[in-house]
Amino acid sequence: MPKLPAPPVPAPLKAPPPRPGKGNGASGPLDHAASAGITVVDWVDERTSLSGAARWMLFRKVPKGTNWFYALGSATMFAFLNQAVTGVFLAMYYRPDASGGAYESIRYVTNNVFLGQFVRGMHKWGSSVMVVLVFLHMGRTFFFGAYKYPRELNWVIGVVLLILTMAMSFTGYLLPFDQRAYWATQVGVNINGTGPLLGPYLSNFLLGGSEFGATTLSRFYAIHMLLLPGLIAALIGAHLYLVAKLGTTAPPWKKADKPQALRETEV
Amino acid sequence: MSDKHAKHKPKYTLERQIPGAFEGETITRRRFMTGTAHGAGAIAASAFLLPALGFAIGPIFKSVPEHWEVVGTVGDFPDNNYIPVVLTLAPGIGEAGKTTVYVRKFNPELDTDPYDKNTPYIAISSRCAHVGCPVRWVDASLRFICPCHGGVYDLLGRRVGGPPVRPLDRFYTRVSGENVEVGPRFSVNSQLRHFSPRLPGEPLDGIGQYLYPSTPGQKI
Repeated sequence: MPKLPAPPVPAPLKAPPPRPGKGNGASGPLDHAASAGITVVDWVDERTSLSGAARWMLFRKVPKGTNWFYALGSATMFAFLNQAVTGVFLAMYYRPDASGGAYESIRYVTNNVFLGQFVRGMHKWGSSVMVVLVFLHMGRTFFFGAYKYPRELNWVIGVVLLILTMAMSFTGYLLPFDQRAYWATQVGVNINGTGPLLGPYLSNFLLGGSEFGATTLSRFYAIHMLLLPGLIAALIGAHLYLVAKLGTTAPPWKKADKPQALRETEV
Repeated sequence: MSDKHAKHKPKYTLERQIPGAFEGETITRRRFMTGTAHGAGAIAASAFLLPALGFAIGPIFKSVPEHWEVVGTVGDFPDNNYIPVVLTLAPGIGEAGKTTVYVRKFNPELDTDPYDKNTPYIAISSRCAHVGCPVRWVDASLRFICPCHGGVYDLLGRRVGGPPVRPLDRFYTRVSGENVEVGPRFSVNSQLRHFSPRLPGEPLDGIGQYLYPSTPGQKI
């Protein structure tokens, strides 16, 4: 039977070897199911070598003192996944129609669709959760000094992800197309316009013309659900690659253990 | 190695002792092939990237046709108070494409600025010059007041308080028969000098008019 190389699982979690005299390997239906699973995984692995990549990504050495603060990055990623999944299903009902259809479709999702209010709520509140988590993750990285050499590039990617998250929040805010959405977008676009020289052009790019018009909403919708999610997903991939490649830092209060010999000579 | 960084590389590959070089060859086939493949890739990528980019930023450079709208008859507007009228800026999107404009008759005692000489009616935009919230005309205090961040403007639309960076925008007006018509928007600086329309938040005094150019879509 083909066998995967064993991952470095701690000893208490390892399955005990079968007792002598109890038969050798596949005997019960459970064993047959397990060997079928291993065969399928092995078939894929033989053709892709993915198991090595998966173990490189998942079974890493982490420094002493790793604590719950280190989960903020994963939490942010799961907030993004929540946004992606609920966003896909909201898009099945949403109509980016500025002459009233957009508001009507959101009203329909909220009032008539089974679990519509709940899924829309998950998307709406999830966006705030994601922004909060991004900042907490950034704060953790800053206060633990985890942005220093050789992790500067990961900090830069993280800052780009922060900006893209804000752009997601800004473009998503218009989509319900109620009074708040409309006026908040007017204000937001005009704030963009206060950048000297290029500001007015940026505003006109966002509006799709010189005034808030028929294409502004569809433009925001396309940016919100096609352009930015792709960019964010790609950059999260790069961010995670660098985390796995460079490893995580120990918290600043953890000092490296010195060899006994060095400790004795210290005054 | 030493060949690579030599100041004067021989012109012909044959002289550079490259294996398999032909007589009269100045570039290796490998190098030529690499360049060709990269060039073809760049051409293929720009074939879809450039049109898509132009498509996305095209609206910035599109000029808007001049549009005049009848808002009432000559008798509708007094010369010492404003009457709100609703103007359609972007047709086809219902309420979202409309804006409120405050109109009154030209008053030679109030409108003494030389720039206003030839306008029969004064039409003031309700879009606040701070970040674009809608101001309302408060009759009792003769002020335009913005609900968002407390911008306050006087009877002529000049800023008297709050964060706005310039007076309220105006619209050109004309009389056609008995009808009062409102046309394109324009912006004014604190001396009420006319400028091409700007977005809110963009100052027009001093260096502001150069830092915040009017975009091609807004030129009038």
